[in-house]
Amino acid sequence: MAKVVVVTSGKGGVGKTTTTAALGAALAQAGEKVVVVDFDVGLRNLDLVMGAERRVVFDLINVARGEANLSQALIRDRRVDTLYLLAASQTRDKDALTEEGVAQVIADLRTRFDWVICDSPAGIERGATLAMRFADMAVVVANPEVSSVRDSDRIIGLLDSKTVKAESGERMEKYLLLTRYDAARAARGDMLSVADVLDILSIPLIGIVPESKDVLRASNMGAPVSIGHQASPAAAAYLEAARRLAGGPSALAAPIAERKSLFGRIFARRAA
Amino acid sequence: MMKILRLFGRRSSAPVAHERLKILLQHERSSAAPSQELIARLHRDVLEAIARHVAIDPDKVVIDLRHKDSVSRLEINLEIPALLARGADAKAA
Repeated sequence: MAKVVVVTSGKGGVGKTTTTAALGAALAQAGEKVVVVDFDVGLRNLDLVMGAERRVVFDLINVARGEANLSQALIRDRRVDTLYLLAASQTRDKDALTEEGVAQVIADLRTRFDWVICDSPAGIERGATLAMRFADMAVVVANPEVSSVRDSDRIIGLLDSKTVKAESGERMEKYLLLTRYDAARAARGDMLSVADVLDILSIPLIGIVPESKDVLRASNMGAPVSIGHQASPAAAAYLEAARRLAGGPSALAAPIAERKSLFGRIFARRAA
Repeated sequence: MMKILRLFGRRSSAPVAHERLKILLQHERSSAAPSQELIARLHRDVLEAIARHVAIDPDKVVIDLRHKDSVSRLEINLEIPALLARGADAKAA
């Protein structure tokens, strides 16, 4: 039974594409058959992060319109042979993607893969709503920062109202992935802590990806961070998140390092 | 030592962020889609009705829907140019 996952956030630049590539690669390395699908029509980038930018011939819109079949458009990863990419189109026509077209592509992908991971564009417009429309579960990517948390809240509202799953009265599974987290700054009270974000968004946590230079290095090289930089803490966080996603998923508790130091506890009162 | 001094001199920002978000999202969640649409339509209609009689600044029409327990309260606040004096004169004449 295939699982369709949307990686979404509302806000741009929080790590949706990095996360899609890293989770996809991690699941594929575990032997699952995975396709990562770029829904960012006009601004495709998943191909670049995956290092497949020069191999794109046909894209999602070609397939949705019946101009190419899936076998022609799917790009097999050169490192992990159960990992595939379906690229977005570079067209500027926002209406190039129709709901019927997407429904058909997703239905076809379900028959071929264990995991269909949809990389949503930023915003709450058509592209974003189509990316989440047919999903079984959602990974909401957020940074510990006010605008990102607010937009995530908005996206959670859409996931609970505008998806096929929600409309048919089923519960949409939603999981939080916190990225660019700096535990030291959170401990100093300079950054929203994991507990703060969980208190506000109230969805289960599947991963905390620390701020890491390896994420930029990985995208420079065109390799998902979970296979390019396996020793990196960011990679470890993504591998762990993928395990949780596949295994049921189980929620993560706030890290122990979060517990406030004596100073932190004293001075937290000043700010309250 | 610098660190300690800094801690004394500055209040931490994360609790402020947390509090601001909590208040904001409470408001945004309660004013979810259907009522937002209703407010937009009311805003347009009220503006149209008033504008037929007096010139009015669209920004001075504030419509808000508040929910408390099982009751919703619609608040319409509008500011119109100072016409009252002339209106009173006209009546007297």
